[in-house]
Amino acid sequence: MLYSVAIFAPLAGSVIAGLLGRAIGERAAQAVTILCMLLAAACGVTAFVQLVYGDAEPGVVSLGTWIEAGSFHVDWALRYDTLAAVMVAMVTSVATLIHIYSVGYMGHEPRNTTWRFFSYLSLFTFAMLMLVTADNLVQLFFGWEGVGLASYLLIGYWYDRPSACAAAIKAFVVNRIGDLGFALGIALIYVTFGSVEFPVIFGSVGQHVNDTYHLLGAEYRSLEVIGILLFIGAMGKSAQIGLHVWLPDAMEGPTPVSALIHAATMVTAGVFMMARMSPIVEQAPDALAFVTFIGATTAFFAATVGCVQNDIKRVIAYSTCSQLGYMFVAAGVGAYQASVFHLLTHAFFKALLFLGAGSVIHAMSDEQDMRRMGGLWKMIPLTYAMFWIGSLSLGGVFPFAGYFSKDAIIEAAWASHTLIGHYGFWCTIIAAFLTAFYSWRLIIMTFHGKPRADHRTMEHVHESPAAMTVPLILLAVGAVFAGWWFRDQLVGEDWREFWGDSIVVAANNHVLTDMEHVPGWVSALPSVVGLAGIALAYLFYMFMPALPVRLAATFGGVYRFLLNKWYFDELYNFLFVRPAFALARGLWHVGDSRIIDGIPNGVAAMTADGSAQIVKIQTGSIATYAFAMLIGLVLLVGIFLLFR
Amino acid sequence: MNAAGFPILSLVTWLPLLGCAIIMFVRGDEEVVASNARWTALWTSLVVLAISVVLWARFDRAEAGFQFIENSVWLPQWGIAYKMGVDGISVLFVLLATLLTPICILASWETIRMRVREYMIAFLVLETMMVGMFSAMDFVVFYMFFEGVLIPMYLIIGIWGGPRRVYAAFKFFLYTLAGSVLMLLALLAMWYVAGTTDIPTLMHTQFAPAMQTWMFLAFFASFAVKVPMWPVHTWLPDAHVEAPTAGSVILAGVLLKMGAYGFLRFSVPMLPIASAHFAPYIFGLSVVAVIYTSLVALAQTDMKKLIAYSSVAHMGVVTIGIFTINAQGVSGALFQMLSHGIVSAALFLCVGVVYDRVHTREIARYGGLADRMPVYALTFLLFTMASIGLPGTAGFVGEFLVLIGAYEVNFWLALLGSLGMILGAAYMLYLYSRVVFGRITRDDLKHILDLSPRELAIFAPLVVVTLWMGIYPSSFTSFWDASVRAMVEHQQAAMASATRLAEVLR
Repeated sequence: MLYSVAIFAPLAGSVIAGLLGRAIGERAAQAVTILCMLLAAACGVTAFVQLVYGDAEPGVVSLGTWIEAGSFHVDWALRYDTLAAVMVAMVTSVATLIHIYSVGYMGHEPRNTTWRFFSYLSLFTFAMLMLVTADNLVQLFFGWEGVGLASYLLIGYWYDRPSACAAAIKAFVVNRIGDLGFALGIALIYVTFGSVEFPVIFGSVGQHVNDTYHLLGAEYRSLEVIGILLFIGAMGKSAQIGLHVWLPDAMEGPTPVSALIHAATMVTAGVFMMARMSPIVEQAPDALAFVTFIGATTAFFAATVGCVQNDIKRVIAYSTCSQLGYMFVAAGVGAYQASVFHLLTHAFFKALLFLGAGSVIHAMSDEQDMRRMGGLWKMIPLTYAMFWIGSLSLGGVFPFAGYFSKDAIIEAAWASHTLIGHYGFWCTIIAAFLTAFYSWRLIIMTFHGKPRADHRTMEHVHESPAAMTVPLILLAVGAVFAGWWFRDQLVGEDWREFWGDSIVVAANNHVLTDMEHVPGWVSALPSVVGLAGIALAYLFYMFMPALPVRLAATFGGVYRFLLNKWYFDELYNFLFVRPAFALARGLWHVGDSRIIDGIPNGVAAMTADGSAQIVKIQTGSIATYAFAMLIGLVLLVGIFLLFR
Repeated sequence: MNAAGFPILSLVTWLPLLGCAIIMFVRGDEEVVASNARWTALWTSLVVLAISVVLWARFDRAEAGFQFIENSVWLPQWGIAYKMGVDGISVLFVLLATLLTPICILASWETIRMRVREYMIAFLVLETMMVGMFSAMDFVVFYMFFEGVLIPMYLIIGIWGGPRRVYAAFKFFLYTLAGSVLMLLALLAMWYVAGTTDIPTLMHTQFAPAMQTWMFLAFFASFAVKVPMWPVHTWLPDAHVEAPTAGSVILAGVLLKMGAYGFLRFSVPMLPIASAHFAPYIFGLSVVAVIYTSLVALAQTDMKKLIAYSSVAHMGVVTIGIFTINAQGVSGALFQMLSHGIVSAALFLCVGVVYDRVHTREIARYGGLADRMPVYALTFLLFTMASIGLPGTAGFVGEFLVLIGAYEVNFWLALLGSLGMILGAAYMLYLYSRVVFGRITRDDLKHILDLSPRELAIFAPLVVVTLWMGIYPSSFTSFWDASVRAMVEHQQAAMASATRLAEVLR
């Protein structure tokens, strides 16, 4: 009951604000959505505490039948187990803080239409909650697409900006590419297991371990194919390399949206799904190797791009991409617990960083380019402090939250003792170095040095109102303590007790045990490279600012390659977008107009022409008619005689 | 007597003609006639809708066969009877037709100013023909209604249409008639073999495999044009563009379902072996339809044409579903037909709303409507999302079930047939953002008005049904579950006996 309230209160808030927002006014709409979110957070956290520390039993809240066709059956249901409850608690609490923050952030909006914004935020939260509490794959898909819709609306919130509209469409369409893989994965699960309900699927994995699936003239194990297809869906939603192109553009929306997308909802969906499907993917080692490969590559790729971006939000966006790569590395080596652990800590520090960036942007009168910032730290000291906490956590410095979760992932990658696991290990080590580097590059460029903004902007710089700073402080508490508090429960010795049946690992999977016994240099290395990254950033941007400029000039090719994000957008435009439009015009003008319509129109024209010619024979002269009849008669008689 | 206690199907079928008669007897000057014609047509169609709701309430969902049967002697010496009845496959289409007709009449309330009396008569006759076609249990009766639909639609496009209406009307008529002639031949052949045109009897008549092939092709010629399948789809964009809004609504909403209904009613159950044989070819054409027309939709500059092309793509999903001949595929196809009937009708109404105000369908002429028309923007968004197939709206369930059904046949069919998921999102969102998002630049858009109460009344039922179908679809699928299961079993039995026969002969 409590649990259902946690999930449906945001929906109620969204509907009330969305449909009645104009009538009840902006303030009332904000109040309603925030009250609903507070209620949801209270219920969500209580449900989590009751399940993990209290005596509540895991179960399923059934809400009714959804789809039925032949033997295909899907219910609306809310799954109540540790994995779902931990996600519900995190999503509702972080989203509530983002709602409150938005009251302050959107205060400068000229038009009185922010009720729309709050309605979308709550809708976003609701969709994510439906996703994490799904008891079957189709409801998971419902939430999956629901966050797609909400992100489309929120990214395109400033719909009079063409760039926002383009980014919104891009986000939806790129996500859809992944979703197609996911949908095919669901279909294959149905074909294999005869059901898409989690209890049935997970209960019968054992019987289908050796099923094979015939594709492209080769036999594959069904579970491997399922694992790959589901992961393609996760790649889209969680912005992994190849399908990551929408995420950096998604910051066209207002900053609280970015925080919501990057921290609590949407991008974490893919990671969650891998953890949720652990009973299946655990039996698909090749698919998991693929997951590790993509995750590790993304962690490295996004970190390199983050090092040269100049837009404050874009740096943080690439850092999200990179951190998601970490989570997939963990999932890929079988440490799903570690991936969810990092998901949780990341939610706190990434929301903190994004909202902090929002606070900076708010102070700088909507300036986002770090090259036009600098010298802010004395003017907005609280935001500055928050940025330090967030970056220390992101950079993995002891004892901040990110330290525990990131180390767990890196150690798990090493402890997997596979080739691909070591690839993951080295990629994440390099990424840890780069992460620290770009985080402090951001801090130094934004807050230190001489002010580079014009005089008028600098005069207006002010610390944000309490509605914005209080959520920042609360998130900072999470960014500091979440790792220390959850470490032992989530990935330590107590993990079985904590997770219960919600995450299943195979009998031969000892990653979580092995990672406690890695060599000393492995556990020390992340911290060492992190501190080195910080030092390098200080060297480059604090003490010798001419050095990075000279480096960029010397290695112009590399610099431009990174600045242009490895040219993914250009490549996709060249390979897909432009050919699609050219093909579309070609099919329309040539295929439809000339060929398909041309034939019947041509026949019609020929008939008309032919009859126009034949009309000419009808001269009205009886002699001509008689002559024609005579010829006809001769012909007929001739044929008759010849072929008799 | 049937479950309703009175001959409900005949009443629903013929009652609109009574409305026509009343309209014809109205005398007076033009204004009076027009007003009377509108009100009479609206009330007639609402009464018909109210009666048809009995079908929803009294339909026995556990029964696979026909219900509400009426049987009258007509031409006994030829084995032809006036026989009406609905089963799970057809009953909801009767309701779809009776729901959309009053909506169409309301949608034409202010826009049609010329020959209002004739216009309303045409719509009521159209309703008679549509309902009659979905409830006919005799092939000859079906054929008469099936062809009869063409006449009022031809007039609606040809008289009340846009500038190129005559071209479009002729194209529509000739395309769809050409196939029908072949169907008539197949009908005669069936009658010759079975000695009757009673549909349930024909369903259980086994036609020789060679004969099935020829009859299948004849049916295919007729139904493929109606669906329409690629490459005989080009009449549809032209007809839609020239038709008045309400004409497009009924064309997309009900008339496009006739072809798919024909496949389900005749081709698959009566010609099971040929259906299985031709299924791969139909999959091929359908996949081409999905990809090709989705791409063409991406390039359109005319709103109606874009939605017309999207209809072809969506119907491609339907034909894939039908010929998978498994419970999920067929069920999904039926659901997709219904949801497309609601959603595409609503999308054409959305175009009609702005067309009535600005008098152009060119996408580039719009932009920034969200500022002035927030309610419209929300409505349009809902139907855009339903067209894309967002879970929770009507569009998702059908597409998803077809995907599952297709996967049971072949991975590539599922993959290629679902590419519409991506392309559909691209062209619909591109359309939506060009029309609703952006900044208002044109003067005539600066004072554009949001939905009027009449327009709200038009959209309200469609919004409700779209969400209802998305959130609780089993209240619809339960209508046809038994019928579809029977159909699939019938098909499997026929295939099994055909294989046995082949083995014996060898």
